[in-house]
Amino acid sequence: MTALLKQIEGSQGIAEAVALCRPEVICAYPITPQTHIVEGLGERVKSGELENCEFINVESEFAALSVAIGSSAAGARSYTATASQGILYMAEAVYNAAGLGLPIVMTIGNRAIGAPINIWNDHSDSMALRDAGWIQLYAETNQEAADLHILAFRLAEEISIPVMVCVDGFILTHAYERIDIPTQEQVDAFLPPFEPMQVLDLDHPVSMGAMVGPEAFFEVRYLQHERQSRALETIPRLAREFRKVFGRDCGLVHPYRCDDADTILVALGSINGTIKEAVDAMRDQGVRVGSLSICSFRPFPLLAVRSVLERAQRVVVIEKSLAVGIGGMLSEGVRHSLSGSALRGYTVIAGLGGRAVTQKAIVRLIERASRDELEPLHFLDLNWDVVRRELARERGQRRSGPTAENVLKDVGAIAARIA
Amino acid sequence: MMDQPIKFYQTGTFTVGNRLLAEHERSVQANMRRTNSLNSGHRACQGCGEALGARYAIDAAMQASGGRVMAANATGCLEVFSTPYPETSWQIPWIHSLFGNAAAVASGMAAAMRVKGRKGVKVIAQGGDGGTTDIGFGCLSGMFERNDDVLYICYDNEAYMNTGVQRSSATPPAARTATTMAVGDHPGNVFGTGKNLPLIAMAHRIPYVATASVANLRDLEAKVTRAMGIPGARYVHIHVPCPLGWGSAPENTIRVARLAVESGLFPLFEAEHGRIVSRYLLRRRVPVDEYLKLQRRFAHLFGKQPDLETLAAIQEMADRNIEELQLAP
Repeated sequence: MTALLKQIEGSQGIAEAVALCRPEVICAYPITPQTHIVEGLGERVKSGELENCEFINVESEFAALSVAIGSSAAGARSYTATASQGILYMAEAVYNAAGLGLPIVMTIGNRAIGAPINIWNDHSDSMALRDAGWIQLYAETNQEAADLHILAFRLAEEISIPVMVCVDGFILTHAYERIDIPTQEQVDAFLPPFEPMQVLDLDHPVSMGAMVGPEAFFEVRYLQHERQSRALETIPRLAREFRKVFGRDCGLVHPYRCDDADTILVALGSINGTIKEAVDAMRDQGVRVGSLSICSFRPFPLLAVRSVLERAQRVVVIEKSLAVGIGGMLSEGVRHSLSGSALRGYTVIAGLGGRAVTQKAIVRLIERASRDELEPLHFLDLNWDVVRRELARERGQRRSGPTAENVLKDVGAIAARIA
Repeated sequence: MMDQPIKFYQTGTFTVGNRLLAEHERSVQANMRRTNSLNSGHRACQGCGEALGARYAIDAAMQASGGRVMAANATGCLEVFSTPYPETSWQIPWIHSLFGNAAAVASGMAAAMRVKGRKGVKVIAQGGDGGTTDIGFGCLSGMFERNDDVLYICYDNEAYMNTGVQRSSATPPAARTATTMAVGDHPGNVFGTGKNLPLIAMAHRIPYVATASVANLRDLEAKVTRAMGIPGARYVHIHVPCPLGWGSAPENTIRVARLAVESGLFPLFEAEHGRIVSRYLLRRRVPVDEYLKLQRRFAHLFGKQPDLETLAAIQEMADRNIEELQLAP
């Protein structure tokens, strides 16, 4: 049997990849835009195509991850998927799964967080839980989204910590692309059966999740950091193995035309596709620009990022998430990786709530950055007129009403504006 | 000299105990081979009803399943007093995840046992009333409606004892807690609030629901044993006095629990698929005052000027239970 090229929806590609990993318990709770993934898996379980698997429809995301905690602790390979409000609703269990060291794999169909409620893509959801102790991998393409799930199970189980695979909602989850779906034999060759480090076992009863006081909590928490950091070596090693079996690359970071670049754009996820197009266009004009797609956001590959960026003159970090009150969280990591170096750094907040980020806008950004005309914190394609008018309204009357309604009235009935 | 006739009701829980029973009918705790699943050395308070209830319940479950039990525990007294690392009282595979997810964690464990083909392994979820009726209610209801193969045991001591005796939705009317203070025109917890989880469990039409009390440990063991033999979602709600939170003397735990049952305030019954199939008939009906006055959380109802109106309202609750569930012999 050889691998199969399929023109399918991103979610279906992920469902196929997850199914090939032989999950034993899948918990499903609907939230846009991850629903198609668990629907695809549920169908495979119900039809009998995916054997030895329990598909459980639960009553909330909190229950989804809690069921996965129970099944993983009892030794079953466990999977769930969520997005947006869902990951916040399960936040307590997200930390708990990591603290217990349970190798659950979870897909995040990245989506904005309300209020105002919004179903479209940005990275606010997974960013909110970035420090919960999970490994976070961001997919650039649908092929990578499928591949990262296979890598994720292997990685999670090898070091016994949970892994989130972050996939841009709609942009990837609902896009039809050609995906190379591996064979069961290939996946079986790469991913051995789950051998837990700790398990609820009648013959060797253990107590899991008991209280730890000040005398040991710090050390236990440090070891979580130690184990996650170990993934910085494990991921490249597994990536080499992955290449041997599947013939494709994955890894901590993906540099693109960075070798002689003065300006390097850094981003997570699918926006890197557009960025690469812009880089190519600017290179054609002789501008020395490159881009760096970071796949492993947690653990953050400080050295790998530094080694790519340190020869450049400036770094432009494009973030699909606004850390209110400071700017961007990816920038924090990038700055940390460059500490001591004299690079100029810019943070660009873009694409919030599904706002389109066009190649044209990125080209303009590169032009302004190359002339160092960019503010340290830039909001790409923000409609300043609308913002100013709303601020004026608020100054004019105390009871100015819901901000979101006022802004939308001002904008008019256009759902999405493309510059 | 006259012979003392042995009345049938004296066997079992009441006074005479195991000696007059056939060996297979004797208490699990009376068996030298009991598992001590919740072993001695834990940090429960003197007279803790929950520790007693859990020991009887889990040992009975162990005997009923041939020692094939694993448990998920909600955050709370039972979790804290039984386990601070590196010590544990649990002799069974046991996991504590969070306050509100014990039922869901247990669902996951049961799913894992199914998919791994480990037939005969029984999964128990357990928690206090706060972890069951309040914060864990969503997960519990989900486990019920999916009819997951889990026995959920609620140890009901009628408030959040682990955090310092705050009101839960299982706190009875008029009871003083740290958040329903015994001050103002209507001291203590508000009438007309709270939820009856056994009835809510029955409304899910799950295969088995039972209430039990540490005052009737033979009955408790029998109900847990019964529950272990039934597949699907099961719920056992055990009334466990808390000397610390209720302000009752540690040596009165069983007495207080018995008065709750005999007054009609805590009815004992079993239900299958939403229908009541057995009830414990009151052996010696007592007025609610006898139960209430042993507890300082109700002290504001007594004293020089007893709150007769409130006492009558509580008596009315007991009378209604007795009438609706036909508890009078």
